[in-house]
Amino acid sequence: MTDMTEEQVRAEVRAWLTENWDPERGLVEWRNMLIGSGWGVPHWPEEWHGRGLPVGMTPVVEEEFDKLGAVGVAKMGIRTLAAATILEHGTDLHKQRFLRGILTGEETWCQLFSEPGSGSDLAGAVTRADFRDGKWIVNGQKVWNTSAHHADFGLLLARTDWDAVKHQGLSYFLLDMRQPGVEVHQLRQMNGHASFNQVFFTDAVVEPEYRIGGLGEGWKVATTTLMHERRGADGVRRYATGSDRPGRIYEEERAEVATVMAPYVWYPQRTGRADLLIERARAAGRWDDPAVRQEVAKALTLARTAEWTARRAREAQQMGRPQGPEGSIGKLAASVVARACAKAHTMIAGADAMLTGEDDGTGGVVAEILVSTPAISIAGGTDEIQRNIISERILSMPKEPRHDTDRPFRDVPRNQVG
Amino acid sequence: MKFSFSEEQTEFRNMLRRFLQDRSPTSEVRRVMETEAGYDRDVWRMMAEELGVTAIHIPEAYGGAGFGVSELAIAAEEAGRALLPSPFFGSTVMAATAIAEAGDDAQKQALLPGIAGGGTIAALAAAEPGAGWNADAFAASASPAGGSWRLTGRKSYVLDGMAADLVVTAARLPEGGLGLFCLPADSAGLMRRPLQSMDPTRRLAQMDFDGAEAELLGGGPEAGASAWARTLDIAAVCLAGEMVGGAERLREDALEYVSMRMQFGRSIASFQVTKHKAADMLLEVELAKAAAYYAAAAADGDDEEVDQPLTALASLAKAAASDTYMQTAIHAVQMHGGIGFTHDNDTQLWFKRAKSSEAFLGSAADHRERMLQHWNA
Repeated sequence: MTDMTEEQVRAEVRAWLTENWDPERGLVEWRNMLIGSGWGVPHWPEEWHGRGLPVGMTPVVEEEFDKLGAVGVAKMGIRTLAAATILEHGTDLHKQRFLRGILTGEETWCQLFSEPGSGSDLAGAVTRADFRDGKWIVNGQKVWNTSAHHADFGLLLARTDWDAVKHQGLSYFLLDMRQPGVEVHQLRQMNGHASFNQVFFTDAVVEPEYRIGGLGEGWKVATTTLMHERRGADGVRRYATGSDRPGRIYEEERAEVATVMAPYVWYPQRTGRADLLIERARAAGRWDDPAVRQEVAKALTLARTAEWTARRAREAQQMGRPQGPEGSIGKLAASVVARACAKAHTMIAGADAMLTGEDDGTGGVVAEILVSTPAISIAGGTDEIQRNIISERILSMPKEPRHDTDRPFRDVPRNQVG
Repeated sequence: MKFSFSEEQTEFRNMLRRFLQDRSPTSEVRRVMETEAGYDRDVWRMMAEELGVTAIHIPEAYGGAGFGVSELAIAAEEAGRALLPSPFFGSTVMAATAIAEAGDDAQKQALLPGIAGGGTIAALAAAEPGAGWNADAFAASASPAGGSWRLTGRKSYVLDGMAADLVVTAARLPEGGLGLFCLPADSAGLMRRPLQSMDPTRRLAQMDFDGAEAELLGGGPEAGASAWARTLDIAAVCLAGEMVGGAERLREDALEYVSMRMQFGRSIASFQVTKHKAADMLLEVELAKAAAYYAAAAADGDDEEVDQPLTALASLAKAAASDTYMQTAIHAVQMHGGIGFTHDNDTQLWFKRAKSSEAFLGSAADHRERMLQHWNA
């Protein structure tokens, strides 16, 4: 199986799709067929809905899907992080219980990591899980939880041992969100959207078999989740819109996409929208202004070079070459691009940069760019954390001195108020 | 579009890097830059005869190796990394490209094999005081004289102009178009003088043409203008390569230095302010490299998916690399502290090359404007 050539894979998936693809099928029915065939996640193991093919073959398979317009398994949103985490660390029970629902899209997920008192310092989590009467009882508060308001399950990082040192006192749980002890409130951002939630736990319950990874090994499991999260945040992520083709399955997929993508409607704006610069400069009558042109050219240059850098990283990975530094700087590059674009958009807009909504002359798009770009250098790991990672892991510079790993967590100084 | 180098390209890069580490370490660079010639003839001969560096992109029909701009830019990158003092850029990158782009078959047959073999050193005298590399503003003129032409005007910032045996130049034709010409460097009516270059590893000359006799390369005014534009594009791509090579070297050396230097009882590489600066330097250099590599691939016509003309990409790469090179040099001096400002510390050598590269072939601002004028929006 694993030593199939690209041509063999292509032929086989094409034959299977030709025989089975039908846009009038129901979405869940079709995805169950994909799971049965292994073509939905060809790089997953054969015993868990895949075909055990090398990761490099996935784009080949996807290309064949695209040719027919065939819909794939559900792969947007936090569910991809849940799947990766469960595949790597989960028990057979976890895989049995959750992987199918993730792939069919019938069950949705959220991530319960960040807390008001620990953002960059995720391992400082103080949400607690206490083992009482044969169950884990969860109390505390999480924040920045995308999709938590409609999620069925959550990936929860909670403290189970206060006497252990920080990273060894955490455990990781697969938490049922549909229970009385879980309360979700939406969180409003500076750009007016509410893409995230706060989640409060009051004696929420997790059955013991839904801890994933060993007791006190939650940080190790969380690292897997975070690695996959970062991988998706390198600026090459595509914003899905769903196909506009007619057919029952496309309608169902569009509805799913709309729900999953709702928190991300402003995400294009947080990138700075390099693609709009020239069009906006022309429309605003500023395209002949040499100062504006310089700023636009700088922003376009950064946007392009960031894109090419990401392509270099991906190609090296596909060729199985050792990853160079180009693979680690995407997140930081995205921040630089967004700031340069916001600066250029401000210059183009002139005094209109003070306005928003219908009055800013762009239906509020530019205003939304200007108040959304601050997010990109914070979400998913701040620029400062990225620079620490790059300097320590890529450039082998000394690690930051720390005062939280040499003593029981209960003695570590921490934020008193959230 | 390819986003990675082939094994052959990587092998070529490694071979060149080893050669330059061996034959042109910084101690040699310092020795050679004090000499009158400004380059080492033995190293030049070996680069030509053993490594074929002088022949890389010259077509095989004219004595070259027939490789592309990507390979040429790899050589420029390695030369920039080593700060190699050599007529490689002036002769192979600039003059040979101009002849290959503008000349007719007989001219290419006559002129290119000598350059490819390294026996002839050529220089491209195009820029002028005031006009820089903007061909629309070139004032030097050509007038017909019998079967040939006579040139009048002043050219400046001629890279490797004093080392050259052969001069390629650009002058306005009587109808106003641009012609590219060539003439022996010792022609009557051509006066050369070395300019005092701030970067002693990059030799510049001024050339005054006072009725010097020259041969028109190719034919027709449009041909001259487009050959010049393409030459400038390829030179800009290779200069971007040279600059990212130098920037990466500066970045690596600065990192090595801060990793050794102790203050306040700890390595200064352990200070977050130093770490974050090092991370930003890595980011900037990697972005500039991506631009230089992409533009080189586009110059070779690896143009699936390429949605911008070469001129736009070449200027983008030049602007990005020169900003990055200079910024990296500023950071590198700063990270060295006081010693970084001394003559004995090597950082200053690359700093001067970065400064001179900012201006050479036109400023970053000029190239950003040129990029936008050719940008497909």
